[in-house]
Amino acid sequence: MSPVRTTSAGPLLSVRHLETTFHTQRGPLHAVRDVSFDVGAGEVLGIVGESGSGKSVTLRSILRLLRPPTKVTGEVRWGDENLLDVSARRMRQVTGGEISMIFQEPATALNPVLTVGEQILESLREHERLSAAAATDRAAELLDLVGIPSPRERLKAYPHEFSGGMRQRAMIAIALASSPRLLLADEPTTALDVTIQDQILKLLLRLREQLGMSVILVTHDLGVVAQTCDRVTVMYAGRLVETAPVRALFTQPRHAYTLGLRLSLPSSVGRRQPLKPIPGAPPDLRALLPPGCPFAPRCGFVTDACRAEEPKRRRVDEDHTSACIHHDTLPAPSEVAA
Amino acid sequence: MPTPRAPEDASVNRLQYIVTRLLQMIPTMLVIMILVFALVRLLPGDPAVAILGDRVTPQAIARVHKELGLDKPIPLQFWYFLERVVQGNLGTSVNLKVPVIQLIADRMPITLGLTLYAGMLALLMSVPAAVLSALRRGTWIDNLIRAIFQVGLSLPVFYLSLQLLTVFGARLRWFPVGGVGPTLTSDLYYLFLPALSLGFYLAAILMRNLRSSILEVLDAEYVDFARSKGIRPRLVLLRHILRNALISTVTLFGLSIGQLMGGAVITETVFAIPGVGRLMVTSIFGRDYAVVQGLTLAFAIVIMVVFLLTDLVYSVLDPRTKVA
Amino acid sequence: MAAPSAAARPGRSRRLASFRPKPTLLIGAAIVLVMIAMALFPQLIAPYNPTTFDYNAILQAPSAQHWFGTDNFGRDVLSRVVYGSRIDMQIALFTTLFPVLFGTLMGALTGYLRGWLDALFGRIVDVVMVFPFLILVIAIVAMLGPGLTNMYLAVSVVNWVYYARLVRGETLVQNQSEYVQAARVMGYSPSRIIFRHIFPNAVTPAIVYWMTDMSLGILLGASLGYLGLGAQPPTAEWGVMVADGKNFMVTAPWISTYPGLVLTLAGVGFSLVGDGLADLLRPKR
Repeated sequence: MSPVRTTSAGPLLSVRHLETTFHTQRGPLHAVRDVSFDVGAGEVLGIVGESGSGKSVTLRSILRLLRPPTKVTGEVRWGDENLLDVSARRMRQVTGGEISMIFQEPATALNPVLTVGEQILESLREHERLSAAAATDRAAELLDLVGIPSPRERLKAYPHEFSGGMRQRAMIAIALASSPRLLLADEPTTALDVTIQDQILKLLLRLREQLGMSVILVTHDLGVVAQTCDRVTVMYAGRLVETAPVRALFTQPRHAYTLGLRLSLPSSVGRRQPLKPIPGAPPDLRALLPPGCPFAPRCGFVTDACRAEEPKRRRVDEDHTSACIHHDTLPAPSEVAA
Repeated sequence: MPTPRAPEDASVNRLQYIVTRLLQMIPTMLVIMILVFALVRLLPGDPAVAILGDRVTPQAIARVHKELGLDKPIPLQFWYFLERVVQGNLGTSVNLKVPVIQLIADRMPITLGLTLYAGMLALLMSVPAAVLSALRRGTWIDNLIRAIFQVGLSLPVFYLSLQLLTVFGARLRWFPVGGVGPTLTSDLYYLFLPALSLGFYLAAILMRNLRSSILEVLDAEYVDFARSKGIRPRLVLLRHILRNALISTVTLFGLSIGQLMGGAVITETVFAIPGVGRLMVTSIFGRDYAVVQGLTLAFAIVIMVVFLLTDLVYSVLDPRTKVA
Repeated sequence: MAAPSAAARPGRSRRLASFRPKPTLLIGAAIVLVMIAMALFPQLIAPYNPTTFDYNAILQAPSAQHWFGTDNFGRDVLSRVVYGSRIDMQIALFTTLFPVLFGTLMGALTGYLRGWLDALFGRIVDVVMVFPFLILVIAIVAMLGPGLTNMYLAVSVVNWVYYARLVRGETLVQNQSEYVQAARVMGYSPSRIIFRHIFPNAVTPAIVYWMTDMSLGILLGASLGYLGLGAQPPTAEWGVMVADGKNFMVTAPWISTYPGLVLTLAGVGFSLVGDGLADLLRPKR
């Protein structure tokens, strides 16, 4: 709801011109192309897009979690270091210690043969100097923090002994073990029931307040974005197409794709209308993309200028950028008739 | 919400499980007894003739039959047989003139020792090879390792035994050419070549299984999560990758001990080791039925116990298994 | 013994979805073809008669006249190896043929019908699994007397169980699969379901295992030959040949070494074919 909160030294995390390329049998796959954004202290930034838009890959690129052969270039500024250039050792200090990540499916993201307590302690052992007793206390504290009842007993439980929502909470607890300043959340609620989803999102917001932590929340669900994020950036075909504060984005999208996403959300206000999905499918990033805006084939507002060359991102308002030529002629969501 | 089992509950469950499995073994044992009994009765040749040798007369045969209880109806014979077995009386070896139970007591430890030694060597060979092969998938190292172990799958135990014995025993004289040593520690030396030739096949099987297991686990999200916690690569390998990948390999190991004991027959023959494997072969050739019978039973019991242990180890390694 | 489980796809459409054989499959197939060729036309390849004694040429090291050397009777080792392929290929076939046919049938039946048949089968499996395969076979051969035919009998009696287990497992999986349930809902008769849908999918792993099993069969046959319980000397079976040469390992190692190498090669060939087939037929995820 507010512009980027910066510390006196600038934004917490600053990503510039991030490019991630996979080398597949059928040629290079540009999963992330020229992505740039900032995350301020205590801020929740949403990254939203369809499957294959490159949002998860962006997160993994920041933490250098991708396996070879993958090429990541650009700048990921954390403090005064570029994380893409630091040594493996320094990276291991940062990962888990300063920046943590949680994953979509807790059933597969937690090691099935270790207890939850052991998985928390593992992180603590790597990043902190605590005695065994102090570490166990801290672990129980963490489970309590994320809202798991009887935390001390639950430390000895295995992941399969938790229900889905509790497992996700446990994963969050593990990720928070060393008090990271930034949490990367890769679709943390997609695999959960809607009611549990709500609980987890509220938990994330509470943690942000209590711990002063920033969050990058990746999701395909605009509803989740509306509920939790301060600012949001929209990705399509590996590129950033629009970045704005949440309210501004919802009130008036400034990119045809964002408008399409917004319109495909069911609305509780006004007459009941049929949902309007965006026709077509995202492009195959292995093939050479035709020149012009990647969204052109599916866009309802496309003109020849859109297909001529790929539009650059431009500032369209305070703290609002867009890569759409027609950003100022797009209708408001409420104006679009059924 | 499911509550975690307290540690005391888990061990009670396990005890129940062991007892249940032991009880389940009884019907199988019964069937085996019947089979063994029938097998020996079906073997060609009259044991009375074998015992009497030259002094065969109809009266002598009838007398020996009476002594051996062979004149009674078959079900009764079987009953007496069961009775004797339960008391630990497995008869006496015709050729070696010694109670069968004593033969087994003397030699089974040797075969078991050889088998376990072979198993250990197999693990020592296969685990590092599998890790290296899986982590360097597609490289020349991977291909070389897989080629070596592929040959190991088809290399006959008797052939490998013979070659090792010849090259390292007879020619280079690095190892003795057979038999067992006087002490336990010297056994490690004497049994090295036999254990190696016996274990190579198992190593090949284990390597394949572990390699594919590791490759599967490498893709698992919990490996990514562990990395995202900044855990050192070696710890990720040990605590996350291997700890999960080894589950199926350890189970395979347990189930293969039986086959390994079978292979011991060959190894003991080549290296002249006084174990039960070699005893089995010589007894079969020498028509020493009591020994064949007793050994078959002994094998069955040992292997059933190994299966039980394997299941137990599995349930410990994988906390997701329901032991109850 | 672990088999890749079949994906649920009706009929035969799953097979050979994309025919991209691994190079090892081709190597294996080449080896197998060479072995079969040797077995079918030994006269064309072997330079000498395998049974001719030549007391002037005893224990000769490999040379231009005798590529694999001669044994203690002056017999040419190469020729014996070539003729030996006949026996060992037969062994590969006859130790596996009955098990494949009978085992697959039994497996499909017990898997589909369940009930007392399945319970009985379970007991049989328990008992068979408890004994080392080799020891069981040796015991049966001892009962019947040494010789090739008895060996085939002994192995067949035990081996079918492994195939049956495999096919039973597959049948159970197929039974639960959605397309079979759909077929039932559509009212197809049980025999149609079994033969046109379940059977083709369930049998595939058995066929694949057959290849690898032939490799195991050769190993087993040779082992028994070595011990004197299978083929009998003077038959030129590879295992018997290794045994023939075991007393000459220091003075004339070629007598045992070459048969053993060819034996191993044959095993590798079949087993590569088995692996390659398994890979080809595995459903792509």
